[in-house]
Amino acid sequence: MKAKSDRSASGLTRREFTKASVAGLASLGISSVGLGSLAELAHAHHPEKSYNPGMAPPRITPEKGASLRVLRWSGFVKTDQELWDQNTKKWEEQTGSKVLPEYLSWEDVRPKSAMTAAVGAGPDIVVGWYDDPHLYPDKLHDMTEIAEYLGKKYGGWYDVMRQYGYSTRLKRWLALPIGAPAIQINYRVSWVKEAGWEKPPAKTDEFLKLCKKLKANNHPVGFALGHAVGDGNSWTHWCLWTFGGKTVEKDNKTIAINRPETVNALEYAKELYETMIPGTASWLDPHNNKAFLAGEISITNNGISIYYAAKAQFPTIADDTDHVPFPVGPVGRPMEVGLISQAMVFKHSKFPNAAKHYLMFMLEEPQYTPWIDATRGYVTQSLRYYSHLDVWTRDPKHTPFRDAALRMVPLSYAGTPGPQSAAALGEYLVLDMFADVCTGRRTPKEAAKAAEERLARIYKK
Amino acid sequence: MNRAETAVTFRGSTKSAFLRFFEHREVLGTLFVLPAILLLGIFLAYPFFFGVWLSFTDTIIGGRGRYIGWTNYRSLLQDSLFWLTTRNTFLYTIVAVWLKLAMGLALALILNRLVRFKGLLRAIVLLPWIVPTAFSAIAFWWMYDSTFSPISWVLLKAGWISQRIDFLGDPNLARASVIVANVWRGVPFFAIGLLAGLQTIEPSLIEAAAIDGAGLWQRFWHVTLPLVMPLLVIVTTFSTIWTFSDFQLVYIITRGGPANATHLYGTLAYQRAIQGGQFGEGAAISNFIFPILFMGAVISLLYVKREE
Repeated sequence: MKAKSDRSASGLTRREFTKASVAGLASLGISSVGLGSLAELAHAHHPEKSYNPGMAPPRITPEKGASLRVLRWSGFVKTDQELWDQNTKKWEEQTGSKVLPEYLSWEDVRPKSAMTAAVGAGPDIVVGWYDDPHLYPDKLHDMTEIAEYLGKKYGGWYDVMRQYGYSTRLKRWLALPIGAPAIQINYRVSWVKEAGWEKPPAKTDEFLKLCKKLKANNHPVGFALGHAVGDGNSWTHWCLWTFGGKTVEKDNKTIAINRPETVNALEYAKELYETMIPGTASWLDPHNNKAFLAGEISITNNGISIYYAAKAQFPTIADDTDHVPFPVGPVGRPMEVGLISQAMVFKHSKFPNAAKHYLMFMLEEPQYTPWIDATRGYVTQSLRYYSHLDVWTRDPKHTPFRDAALRMVPLSYAGTPGPQSAAALGEYLVLDMFADVCTGRRTPKEAAKAAEERLARIYKK
Repeated sequence: MNRAETAVTFRGSTKSAFLRFFEHREVLGTLFVLPAILLLGIFLAYPFFFGVWLSFTDTIIGGRGRYIGWTNYRSLLQDSLFWLTTRNTFLYTIVAVWLKLAMGLALALILNRLVRFKGLLRAIVLLPWIVPTAFSAIAFWWMYDSTFSPISWVLLKAGWISQRIDFLGDPNLARASVIVANVWRGVPFFAIGLLAGLQTIEPSLIEAAAIDGAGLWQRFWHVTLPLVMPLLVIVTTFSTIWTFSDFQLVYIITRGGPANATHLYGTLAYQRAIQGGQFGEGAAISNFIFPILFMGAVISLLYVKREE
């Protein structure tokens, strides 16, 4: 990977970035969903003079003989973990410290991190998910100094990253967002063309028309409605938000789910469900991957893993696969879920300085650039400067995943991340509401009312 | 008495006092039982009482809870998902245990009459019980797959169905599917347990009944069944306890879906406490399992006592 730390502040980077992006962005239709022109897109990612490579890092000296236990989710692509380990080794050599890495399946990290917080022992660093830091902020070291330094140096944090990493209540950074596996619309190019569209439309009503046509052509779509943590939560939250729905107001108190916007979203989902392959009501995260690769479905929502699995095993499907952002509904702006991953340093660590230093090191350009490259589009950058990386444009099919960072909204929307939003997510509250309607267990109004009761129970605590 | 003799006597009296202390049955018994009590205390009693305490607090992950009395329990009683889970748990337990009992007893009777390949067949019957639950759950998850189910594939190819069976997508079918998985796994426990009981029955009792003119059904109903009844009760009680507190099968196959149709107390407690971070409420859900487990334990103990 070409080192780019010698760039002048912003100008050249942005020109290069815009030029390199043209091929990939031309097919994305991003401008049609509210992000404006390519220049505006470049600015949205990486405003002028926001990259300051000469900025000195805060003076943090790792404790002598430090040994860190780091718990992280296992890589979605093999090269991710290899590069992370290489970077870790570099840090060990530079500091003389030790790191004992532990990788767990991504769904298992949250419970283990919770246990670590509860008992006050275990890994020094946990690279966890979503609202985790907001569940046990008192157990975590203040990361403000490093977060502000990295933000100022690398073009700033994306809004959604800041919303997850920073506590507005405590006025400090609780964790460092390291990136976000993004979930986008995955589709079969030839079948969409056969249905009469160049690519899946950017508006919800048109998108539904396409799905109906695909179903008529015997190429149904498939979106998970079982307790699929990633895929199920992401498409149902998108559907709720894009019709103007939300679980709670900004005050984190007023329950906002039982409103006409939610009912509209549920009615839309019910129609969309009619175009799906039978069985999605029980789908967990792996189901849509398998169905897509088997040629059973034409459209689903997923990370880039389907594309890479297809490249490895079914090249013709990979050639016929592409990605676009989720369509936009009446709300008029893109709103998507990102699987935000954040690194936390626990107060029980005997080596807090080493832990902070390690994380800062991992997010610096010489390490972060090759790591994001190695994730092959699976992990979207958390700092804006890294939107220029070659990985996002060398294959135009990667590019929507880069731009997803601009469209992501916290799952707690319109509230802020915290124990209540974590409880609502942990209970699959939004997902179940959609599943209830799609499977005919409840009418949209009944489902919205039931969700309101459950949310009221969670938020009154 | 010289000095040497005094020393010997002194040492001797010290030793015998020490030994005498340990010769007390109560002291020695207590010492022997102490390690077991400590282990039970640390690994069973403490977590249990801690769980009970948690259920009366508003503890969330990473935070210290406050005592809130019965609030968690009251909140659960007003929660429609909790009631759905309660119905699911009872349905799952009652149907699965009865099926396991009937099939296990039938299998035990057949195995008891077999003369050839006894060892091999018993080993085969035990397989579902030996296989790790997570492993068999994954196998069922595949078999019930909405797209790739081999059951659907065979039936489709045979022309018996026109579209794939949505095993886990339809709420009632999903409930039936997880019950089938549980029955498949649990039948061997009944079969082998009851087989052991059947083999202790004196053949002369059955023969005497036959000579007296008792038919097959009468011999089973009036001789075999009463003799295996104590074992049957204990096996059923244990199975009820395990089925009622099941977690792995449902968590792996459905995660409680579709639309919460297969949630059991165990899976809902995990979802609320670990995934949702609400320790207090999760503990309260777990404690609803306790009365059933307690009743089961009492029944078992009573039967064991009666047998003694």
